[in-house]
Amino acid sequence: MHTAAEAPLNIVVLVKHVPDTQFDRSLTDENFTVDRSESILSELDEYALEAALQLVEAAGGKSSGGKVTAVTMGPDQAVNAVKKALQIGAHEGFHLNDAALAGSDAAGTSLALAALIRYIAGDDGVDLVITGMASTDGETSLVPAQVAERLDLPQVTFVSSAEITYDGDAPVLRARREGATHTDVLEAPLPALVSVTDQINEPRYPDFRSIIAAKKKPLHVVTLADLGVDASAVGFAGAWTTVDSAQPRAPREQGVIIMDEGDAGIQLVDFLESQKLL
Amino acid sequence: MASVLVYLDHPVVPLSKPDRELLTIAAAHGDAVVAVGVPSVENGVAEALGEFGALAICLPTRELDQFLVAPKAAFLATVVQEVSPSAVLLDNGFESKEIAARLGIKIFSGVISDVVSVGEGFTATKSDLAGSYLATAKVTHGTPVLTIKPNSVEPQPAADPELPEQVRIQCPETGTVKAARITRRDNNKPSTRPSLTEASVVVAGGRGVNGDFSVIEALADALGGAVGASREATDAGWIEHSAQVGQTGQVVSPQLYISAGISGAIQQKAGMQTSKVIVAVNKDADSPVFEIADFGVVGDLFTVLPQATEEIKKRRS
Ligand SMILES: Cc1cc2nc3c(=O)[nH]c(=O)nc-3n(C[C@H](O)[C@H](O)[C@H](O)COP(=O)(O)OP(=O)(O)OC[C@H]3O[C@@H](n4cnc5c(N)ncnc54)[C@H](O)[C@@H]3O)c2cc1C
Repeated sequence: MHTAAEAPLNIVVLVKHVPDTQFDRSLTDENFTVDRSESILSELDEYALEAALQLVEAAGGKSSGGKVTAVTMGPDQAVNAVKKALQIGAHEGFHLNDAALAGSDAAGTSLALAALIRYIAGDDGVDLVITGMASTDGETSLVPAQVAERLDLPQVTFVSSAEITYDGDAPVLRARREGATHTDVLEAPLPALVSVTDQINEPRYPDFRSIIAAKKKPLHVVTLADLGVDASAVGFAGAWTTVDSAQPRAPREQGVIIMDEGDAGIQLVDFLESQKLL
Repeated sequence: MASVLVYLDHPVVPLSKPDRELLTIAAAHGDAVVAVGVPSVENGVAEALGEFGALAICLPTRELDQFLVAPKAAFLATVVQEVSPSAVLLDNGFESKEIAARLGIKIFSGVISDVVSVGEGFTATKSDLAGSYLATAKVTHGTPVLTIKPNSVEPQPAADPELPEQVRIQCPETGTVKAARITRRDNNKPSTRPSLTEASVVVAGGRGVNGDFSVIEALADALGGAVGASREATDAGWIEHSAQVGQTGQVVSPQLYISAGISGAIQQKAGMQTSKVIVAVNKDADSPVFEIADFGVVGDLFTVLPQATEEIKKRRS
């Protein structure tokens, strides 16, 4: 997967389709004005795409031969995430669409994605694989790490800044991660996998011209057979875990709501005492 | 009895509550064996691990502390080969989840994260989709690798503790060359408050505090709790980013979460809706936060919070 220092920067961004219903529009506030009914790309992946575009631009942009490829896997409608990424600025898109993928757990998903990245890398190699932080989804911290493991890449996750520097001729990713007790500066030789937080940038929005331009960008739909992956290694058949049952947690019931008439602080403490929380 | 392997990156005395919880779960399901990410442990650590049932400690032949994830997973895979445990348990921090994920691929084993309880045969109950679902899951291939959320079990000291034997395990040579490294670490201002994810009480402020977190802090201190915040408050720079609760911040599940001046956007709820008891103070009666509050006050946080703080102090004295 290695790429020489002078070679154009080749970045793959993993993007995910999120159903519109994930957004409960009645709960949005004025800061949430982006039209979510059109949002078919996970908003956390927009930070990953923006980071990729900025890194390629910093390296001289498209004229330097640098390229951002947006990839996804999933059923037909998942292609919308790639289309949106192309509108925002990705140069090329891949959609892995195969019925055998249904029911894949982290192990199967990472197997398929790793095969797809190898396929895209071809002879040129891929320098960086970038993902969003996607912390709402049960398995998402597993999938990027397992993709990195399968491709034998170092991983640098949850970073709030990322740049490419050189150690002699060898490209190195330098990033910052802010933790609860400390802030780290992290370095990894390329190629590497990196996940970015929502602190890293302000994602751009597609304008009319970029939306038209996106229609001419290459978008490839591939199957497991194209990647040489055996269907039994993914999906329900290839899963290493099973979910036996899943129940929605009982919805929280609204409790007591009082208007402050001068003693609400006292009543609040009464409530804590009644719950044995003091 | 088969062993259960627990990975603790760098245990110190006193052992953290999550560390003691992992040991307790391991000891309940077999012989607890600990693997650590440092070549030697400080004085007293072996005894402390023994008190919670550890029978052996596996140490790497070199320092893995400055590396991220991959070399630790490689070391742990070697330990699994040597020890043949019936399961591997880690905490649910992001780095541990990543170590677990890579370990799973190395040893061809299923991984389950966000586990809230471990049952017979390592069946795991896990919290899914920001805590809105509870699922029962099982590893069907290889050695179960589980990452366990804090507060999943009450720590139990062993009935007759032993001093665990220390075993050195050769680290695989490959791995560190291509690994990510920490090249610099700046410690944040030390805090006397409990850490956000482990605290049993969290008091959080949002845009409504308007730059002044002192009333939030005073109530948190009166309750011995941690201070949290909405993204509006951290983005405004009123408090450090590490205090952010929500989808892109910390996910907390305390006994008590007090939300003040926070509207309760879906991304904020994702980080706190599994709290045992939720109290909300907001001057807008239509704020969505009231839909999930067990006790809500429609009022000004600058009068309600100080009054509550004073009242708590009074009742305690
Ligand atoms: C990708 C993405 C990720 C996000 N991640 C997170 C996250 O992790 N965590 C998070 O919190 N948000 C997150 N957000 C932001 C989220 O959508 C909301 O914008 C944010 O939570 C609102 O913060 P707030 O409630 O403090 O501010 P507002 O929504 O502005 O609410 C302020 C509240 O304070 C009340 N108020 C004002 N003055 C007073 C007073 N004196 N006394 C009492 N009440 C008062 C008001 O009535 C209002 O309800 C994310 C957004 C995006 C797009």
